[in-house]
Amino acid sequence: MQSSLKPSRLSLARRESLWAYAFIAPWILGFIIFTVGPMLASLFFSFTEYDVVSSPRWIGLKNYTNLIHDELFWHSLSITFRYAAIALPLGLVFSYLIAVLLNQKIRGINIWRTVYFLPSVIAGVAVALLWSRIFDARSGILNPFLAQLGIKGPGWFSDPDWAIPALVIMSLWGVGGNIIIYLAGLQGVPTDLYDAAKVDGATAWQRFRYVTLPMTTPVIFYNLVLGLIGTFQYFTEVYVISSGNSGTGGGLGGPARSTLFYNIYLYQNAFRYFHMGYASTMAWVLFIIVLGFTLLIFRSSDTWVYYEGQLKGR
Amino acid sequence: MTHPTMTPMRFNASGIRGQSFLLKGIATLIIAAGAAIIMIPFLFMLSTSVKDHAQLRQSPPPLIPEAITTVEINGQEEPLYQVNIDGQITEMALVKNRPGGKGLFVDPARPDETHELVIADQTALTHLEVHWENYPEALRQMKFNKLLLNTLLVTFVGMAGMLFSCSLVAYGFSRFRAPWLNVLFILLLSTIMLPSQVRLLPTYVLFNKLGWVDTLLPLIVPQFFANAYDVFLLRQFFMTIPLELDDAAKIDGASPLQTLMYVILPQARPALISVAIFHFLYAWNDFYEPLIYLHSPEHWTLAVGLQTFNALYAVNTNYIMAASAVMILPPIILYFLAQRIFTQGVVFTGVKG
Repeated sequence: MQSSLKPSRLSLARRESLWAYAFIAPWILGFIIFTVGPMLASLFFSFTEYDVVSSPRWIGLKNYTNLIHDELFWHSLSITFRYAAIALPLGLVFSYLIAVLLNQKIRGINIWRTVYFLPSVIAGVAVALLWSRIFDARSGILNPFLAQLGIKGPGWFSDPDWAIPALVIMSLWGVGGNIIIYLAGLQGVPTDLYDAAKVDGATAWQRFRYVTLPMTTPVIFYNLVLGLIGTFQYFTEVYVISSGNSGTGGGLGGPARSTLFYNIYLYQNAFRYFHMGYASTMAWVLFIIVLGFTLLIFRSSDTWVYYEGQLKGR
Repeated sequence: MTHPTMTPMRFNASGIRGQSFLLKGIATLIIAAGAAIIMIPFLFMLSTSVKDHAQLRQSPPPLIPEAITTVEINGQEEPLYQVNIDGQITEMALVKNRPGGKGLFVDPARPDETHELVIADQTALTHLEVHWENYPEALRQMKFNKLLLNTLLVTFVGMAGMLFSCSLVAYGFSRFRAPWLNVLFILLLSTIMLPSQVRLLPTYVLFNKLGWVDTLLPLIVPQFFANAYDVFLLRQFFMTIPLELDDAAKIDGASPLQTLMYVILPQARPALISVAIFHFLYAWNDFYEPLIYLHSPEHWTLAVGLQTFNALYAVNTNYIMAASAVMILPPIILYFLAQRIFTQGVVFTGVKG
């Protein structure tokens, strides 16, 4: 092996380690520059007053006490939780049911799957704009449709009470990614388990309840954890819709602050008012909350997630 | 696991088959209805994008872009109706509204002879009217070419950086033994769970100090330092490549770098294509970072340009939808070209994209 590492004086194991570290060096550098460094820096900023232009000024725990007394902080937190409490379970159940249907041997199943996955590739600004037009009370298509069913549709994104439900409906349209993961989980259930259940005389419902559901709990768990993290980062859709809504809804986080999600409020503090210290405090509080919930889900997973290895071990 | 109480097996094969046939029928119906609901927003986007302002005012908005057919009567354009006079159906123009929901109708061939009829009983005639010119007009107004160029730069230079760095790192994590390597790998995976906000603000400050804010660099440079999703996916794939291939290369005197380039990477083409596609979707749709880093319009990416276009000219729904349709077209084409790779990739990486 030709290298400048003086091969004769290095043991084989030593040389192998050096190669390994050399190959992962880009990530280690990136980890220090873009993850560990910034995390420590934002922890430091959270104890300072900092506007990017002048240098940070140490103010101790003041940002944290201000945060506790900040009504908008609690408001944005409750909006985020309210959205998560509706959108997350609904999305998980909804996409699971669709995945079960798409796992049936039905004519043209590949075409159906293609259609269901389609919305998940086009996330972002264009989708938000499309839905802002669909929900529009005057020129949209949803309210005329509801009118035909005899329901008077609300103002959706121009009505503080209906903006969150509108976002939930929008999120259900894009659950294709969840469906794909569920489908992979469903296809991973060994067929001999179904055969055994059939021999025992289990009905279709019993096969679903006692074979399919327990065997797919790991993917449900996976979608739950990633969904939770995603909800706390929710930004683009709300930003696009509420800032394009300035005529009716009063701008970012509107109408009447009904879509002031945590991440939107954080963005305002950081990049509109340049309160970097305060925004860093919010970022760390968010980090602790997400960490707490993730650990909670992980801890609870012992009671409801089955791994095949455990089954085999018995 | 608790066991269900099993009902004794019924030997009625035809009954079970009939039941499952019915279930399948119901499942197909539900799936088809859901698929229609999914497709309607796309149709709405497409039809809105080719309407003019008069068509936009129609309520409810028809899914097929149509306009009211008119005819010239005494130098004025009047709407044409299909009218029913004593069981005889003819086409007539509505020239004047009368009290009580009635109107004066005339036959275009004989404009002097008027008929007073209840408007609600007649059907307005419409015809397909498609304004494709909305597309070039919308793209011109939002300065699409410049936005596209920026987006392509960010997407493809970033993709090159991502492929380069992630291949190296994934190779390091899949083919070597070294102290702490496993710990580092777990550390790498745990960054997937990290909310981006805790590192975003100081990273912004850093790029600001470097004078990179309002350039494309903050969106491109970090891609050269690998990321957890793509490293994980590539590593999983590299692990499936037989070690014998490495050993053969080693015996031929290849260095680890040469082994990566000439043995591993050619074998890993499906995985490389997969992460490249995911990176494309991610960079193409990314909004938050372009929003905070790019301030002047000449540096905007499509996502930021489209959002601003909407914030400024929200009334031009037809242009907004035309621009949106153009923006979603590349991901959709890519999806149809590489659907299998795409779905396999989602299973690996979860949410990215």
